[in-house]
Amino acid sequence: MNIRGIHAIYRYEMNRSFRTLIQSLVSPVLSTILYFIVFGAAIGSRMDNISNVSYGAFIVPGLIMLTVQMQSVNNASFGIYFPKFIGTTYELLSAPLSFVEIVIGYVGAATTKAFSIGLIILCTSYLFVDLDIKYPFFMLCFLLITCMTFSLLGFIIGIVSDNFEQLNIVPMLIITPLVFLGGSFYTIDMLPPFWQNFALLNPIVYLISGFRWSFFGVGDVPIFTSIIFMLIFTSICISIIWYIFKTGYKIKN
Amino acid sequence: MSEIINVQNLVKKYDNNFTAVKNLNLKIRQGEIIALLGPNGAGKTTLISTICGLSSITSGLIKVNGLDVIKDYRKTRELIGLVPQELALEPFEKVINSVKFSRRLFGKKDDNEYIEKLLTKLQLYDKKNNIIKSLSGGMKRRVMIAKALSHNPQILFLDEPTAGVDVELRKDMWSIIKELKNEGVTIILTTHYIEEAEMIADRIGIINHGELLLIEEKKELIKRMSVKTLKVKLKKTLDIIPTKLKKYNLKLIDEGKSFLYYYNTGKERTGITSLLSDMNKIGINLFDIQTEETSLEEIFVKIIKE
Repeated sequence: MNIRGIHAIYRYEMNRSFRTLIQSLVSPVLSTILYFIVFGAAIGSRMDNISNVSYGAFIVPGLIMLTVQMQSVNNASFGIYFPKFIGTTYELLSAPLSFVEIVIGYVGAATTKAFSIGLIILCTSYLFVDLDIKYPFFMLCFLLITCMTFSLLGFIIGIVSDNFEQLNIVPMLIITPLVFLGGSFYTIDMLPPFWQNFALLNPIVYLISGFRWSFFGVGDVPIFTSIIFMLIFTSICISIIWYIFKTGYKIKN
Repeated sequence: MSEIINVQNLVKKYDNNFTAVKNLNLKIRQGEIIALLGPNGAGKTTLISTICGLSSITSGLIKVNGLDVIKDYRKTRELIGLVPQELALEPFEKVINSVKFSRRLFGKKDDNEYIEKLLTKLQLYDKKNNIIKSLSGGMKRRVMIAKALSHNPQILFLDEPTAGVDVELRKDMWSIIKELKNEGVTIILTTHYIEEAEMIADRIGIINHGELLLIEEKKELIKRMSVKTLKVKLKKTLDIIPTKLKKYNLKLIDEGKSFLYYYNTGKERTGITSLLSDMNKIGINLFDIQTEETSLEEIFVKIIKE
């Protein structure tokens, strides 16, 4: 295995984030703080507790998920799309690197960035709400796997996209609505019966529910359903990437 | 010299059914400079891309240092450095970081001494901390070469290295290439500039429509293909070519004040001595003579047309 090659990609991607620290780190954290102020403090103070949890604390897992999912997709998609755009993928393809190693480098960096942002938001949330995490180890694992899976998804989007518009279509038009409607700010049982069933078609519901379970021990769906769903989602992303590299789709001529 | 690249029956067909390379065979010897000439779309870049791993192979076999470029891609790619046609560089990165990144991709440990020597050789040392975006086109081209050489490759592919480069820089590039050859690097370059091939290549290959039309030692090619022209200025004007000189296929020019005689230097006899002797016999006196040689460019055009 070309460990130095993987590390080179990883380091390069991380350095790119440090060069654009405001965009990479400050911006998502600031956005989340605004959510805390608006939904947690202003509106949340007038809301009843949900499952014996204050509304401000209740939205913490949802807000973390919202941010890390978007950040994972954006970081990974831009990470691989930018070399495609400027033509430097030739370096990766002509280097003694396997496709798996290339994916580990890019997805690893995107995962690290999103995971770090998730932890920073978690720490920030303590400034606004009293929070007690019931299953901290599970929470960290679930967060890490979510970051990795959405980074894989972002990597796919970056490979498939032919221009910046396409790069933004999936995150803007598909992922953002699904995340917002996935129970970040409410539980599914707060919806009318029809919409409750409809919401279960949204894959993000299972992820937010699983993550919230690790905080409070309660979720919209049983935790095993969330875990199984997460594994299916991860497997689908890995299979698509495997196909892309096997066929060279949009990578090799 | 031993053989370092062996391309056997290579076929590259794209999804749209266009065949860019047709059953191509090519052997490249270690330490030589080989220039691949051909018009746009001839298949030169596709050939390089398949050897370097940028393009998949439809059929055929490519061996580098005796190893299959697909099965043993790690070992073969370690031996190769590639400078593509386009200036593809991360614009916001520092020169030194960009070159170090390339070396690391090849799994090599950092070697600051080597990288600094390389940058010095390519006249980039003073610019090592500059952001790539701030460099001129010529400097960017040098950075591309530095990146390709960052892992000490034995083989260097240069895809039109001097395209769009001014004359002075082009000459600098040639001296860099010659220096690399002296260090034992095998260099394969594609070019549109015949002059470039004539100046630096040991062997010349001509590709058109995905086929390798010929590959030959440069000197041999020029000798074999070149037709020299002997221009004879006469003391007295001729109206027609005398019967005794008809066998020489002379061409009267300048209203009969001169004629042209074409001969091939590759043949055992040029026929010049007998022409001059026959002229003397029938009393035609010459005033002056001069010769002109066919350039590689004319040979190239001739082969492509054929």
